[in-house]
Amino acid sequence: MSQVLQRTSATGTRATKVIGALAILVMAWVVVSGLVLTPQDVVQGESVRIMYVHVPSAWIAYLAFIFTAVASASWLISKKHSMGFDRFAGASAEVGVMFMAITLITGSLWGRLTWGEFWQWDPRLTTTAFLFVTYVGYLAVRRLEGSVEQRARRSAVVAMLAVLEIPLVHFSVVLWRSLHQGATVLNPNGDVKMDDLMLFTLFSGVVGFTLVFVWLVLHRQRTMLLVDVANRQGLDAAIAARKIEGSVN
Amino acid sequence: MKDAGFIFGSYIVTLGAILMFAVATLRRAKDSSQSVDEKDKTWL
Repeated sequence: MSQVLQRTSATGTRATKVIGALAILVMAWVVVSGLVLTPQDVVQGESVRIMYVHVPSAWIAYLAFIFTAVASASWLISKKHSMGFDRFAGASAEVGVMFMAITLITGSLWGRLTWGEFWQWDPRLTTTAFLFVTYVGYLAVRRLEGSVEQRARRSAVVAMLAVLEIPLVHFSVVLWRSLHQGATVLNPNGDVKMDDLMLFTLFSGVVGFTLVFVWLVLHRQRTMLLVDVANRQGLDAAIAARKIEGSVN
Repeated sequence: MKDAGFIFGSYIVTLGAILMFAVATLRRAKDSSQSVDEKDKTWL
């Protein structure tokens, strides 16, 4: 069985195949429902269809960055300093950065239709861009020279500081005057004024993007393990070669 | 529908980015996998 799995994907298992298949199904439904089945918005018209990819991608990016912080804290706190926590943190941040980039691009396209401009230095947009740049910086920190333990320690500290930006981004529309609309679904009074199919499609988007997130993180963290092992083997081989060289001389 | 380009564009960007990330991850995994022993692949 393992040989069959390895032929198709080096990091795949039966579980990832099931998650991947479910993700494709749910995403296909979101595309069809989002583009065709859902009604237009009374105020925004057809442009509201961008919501079904923009909002879930933003939520999953937040979720990814929170997971990165939790995994980083777990690495710092745990006595064994399991590298699994570090790899999970790194994989989650990479996927989060991708979703944050999607959020910024789709938000920019939606902004062009709603506000007439691709970009405004508005509190929500500016704090989101800042969050994106912070996590690109986090990924850069992970690529600095050093051992895997140094990588884990440095990046864990950055991750735990960076996650503090998420409440700032989320509440920016409340704290400052913003062009960006406030929370429709996650509003404090719990009164969701949205058509049933629109709401169902939005939640389908959240489920679909979550499945994509899980699939990508599982594959990415296993790939990181392969790279770490390959690097360690390369280092061991280099040390052994130097020892032989030294004994000959 | 004059907004169609922007709406379709947002879906293409979203699905395209996810697909590219997935393909890049699987390719990297395949490349890295060749030099690693089976015992280190703890998920198998």
